Amino acid sequence: MNKKRDIELTAARRRNDYRLILDIVSPGSRVLDLGCGAGQLLTLLEADKNIVGYGVELDGDKIIECVESGLSVFQGDLDEGLRDFDDGSFDYVILNQTLPVTHKPPYVVDEMLRVGKRGIISFANFAYWRIRWRLLTGGRMPVGESIPYEWYDTPNIHHLTIQDFFLFCRRFRVTILDRHYFSALEGGHVKHSQRLPNWFAAYGMFVITRGD
Amino acid sequence: MTVIKSNHENHAADDSVGVVETRQVELFTADDPLHLECGTEFAPVTLAYETYGTLSEARDNAILICHALSGDAHAAGVHSPEDPKPGWWDRMIGPGKAFDTEKYFVICSNVLGGCKGSTGPSTNSPRMDKPHALGFPMVTIHDMVVAQKRLVEHLGIDRLLSVTGGSMGGMQALDWTVSFPDSVVSAIPIATTYRLSAQGIAFNEVGRQAIFADPHWNNGDYYGAEPPDVGLALARMIGHITYLSDKSMHEKFGRDLRYRDKYAYDFQQEFQVESYLHYQGEKFIKRFDANTYLYLTKAMDYFDLVDGYHSLTESLKRATAKFLMIAFTSDWLFPAAQNKQIANALRTNGSDVTYVEIRSDYGHDAFLLEFEELTKLISAFLGFLYEEKAVQ
Repeated sequence: MNKKRDIELTAARRRNDYRLILDIVSPGSRVLDLGCGAGQLLTLLEADKNIVGYGVELDGDKIIECVESGLSVFQGDLDEGLRDFDDGSFDYVILNQTLPVTHKPPYVVDEMLRVGKRGIISFANFAYWRIRWRLLTGGRMPVGESIPYEWYDTPNIHHLTIQDFFLFCRRFRVTILDRHYFSALEGGHVKHSQRLPNWFAAYGMFVITRGD
Repeated sequence: MTVIKSNHENHAADDSVGVVETRQVELFTADDPLHLECGTEFAPVTLAYETYGTLSEARDNAILICHALSGDAHAAGVHSPEDPKPGWWDRMIGPGKAFDTEKYFVICSNVLGGCKGSTGPSTNSPRMDKPHALGFPMVTIHDMVVAQKRLVEHLGIDRLLSVTGGSMGGMQALDWTVSFPDSVVSAIPIATTYRLSAQGIAFNEVGRQAIFADPHWNNGDYYGAEPPDVGLALARMIGHITYLSDKSMHEKFGRDLRYRDKYAYDFQQEFQVESYLHYQGEKFIKRFDANTYLYLTKAMDYFDLVDGYHSLTESLKRATAKFLMIAFTSDWLFPAAQNKQIANALRTNGSDVTYVEIRSDYGHDAFLLEFEELTKLISAFLGFLYEEKAVQ
């Protein structure tokens, strides 16, 4: 087997977001990973959960990595929606660390929940205390583990906080079924309940569905 | 659909399959005829084919390449050390290339109805002792595939690791996956469609009418006499326009003049693009048969995967292969959207399918020209299957 890929997968297994998703997704599900990158999460889900998985990715080089791993990927732009995808055709639609990159978050989330029975969204919390502290004391756009880009060189165009996400869900009638908080992509702690998450969680992960 | 022009490659290069020969084999005889979709039983049928690389002991590394309208069995290598012109997909087939002949056994055959060694309208009818001409039965893409299947069996192969092709070759690859699902592990249909659009049929019909209108065509009965070169060249010129894109034509020719630096106000060829089209027409008549052009374009027009099914999704339920579908952004003859429809239907069925749209300005011709992007994708796709095979 491909050694480089094996090493990458071993590293990927340490990621909190991947581990949480592996816990959430039930075996044999149909899963769509939006912005699937090189396909590590899908590979793990296929290996551990025997899912039927598809990815959507824009970047041609990342698609080639997916193809190398034998994954099923569609080249496409999330901001153009999922119009070729049938309603309710997936058990889970995943948007992992990708929401701030989208141009039209309400549209992308709406499409997610049209195509998927459930959505899994995870993003870095801009109101995490370390980020607040950096902004407060440094007076500059924070650059750190959870937001590793300079302001002029970031793919993120819609930074948000956990509080913003709660308001977003209320505004766009999205129901949160389950929530998880973690302090780093790797290591740190993972919690299912967190006091003042908007202060103390570096990342949030939410299982969502369409509200009534 | 064009054959890559002879290029400056060194044919003795390490990545060439070297000198190859086209072989022929009779696959259907009067006792065992080919049952055509039109209802006719037809024999004898011979296919011309070439192979590159070595068939593994387990016979599990074979890849079938299906050619487009004007292609032939000569996909790679050269026919002699002095031959300046390598096969039509030479950049894709050879040691270390996308279809790596160090790993895979690659087969390419001239289609049924072709004019490059396979039985077609220009080959002799044993009964009449002269070429079939229009006595040749109407063959379909499926008929071509049935004949190829027999060839693959003749080579001792039950299951192909992959079947691939662009344009009309992609139609054949698709037909393979639904007609013989147990015989294909994977498929790579490129710049193709599950059925031609009205626009595609329209262009084919204009091409055919150009041939019909040539007095030398003589109802197809021109063998041994002067062939309908004017009509065939015109058909090719029309075809060529459809293989390029507005942008690639603009960049290649613009409004440049040839031989003159100002307008002469007459009907001589003066724009670059005119002389290019004439050159393509002239080149084509030297190597192609007008009746084959008629039959193959008609076969493309008839191809419809949905025929007999309620939907494309239902039709593709028969397929079990792993798919890599590749389209090109500027292809307006076999538009990306049509390729994507196939991929969407496969996904709806839960089939294993990847869909990639390569950015290219070359139009439909991109499948013969964008070999770098194609190589990356196809190497990755086949590499996975090859590794998986090794693990089993």
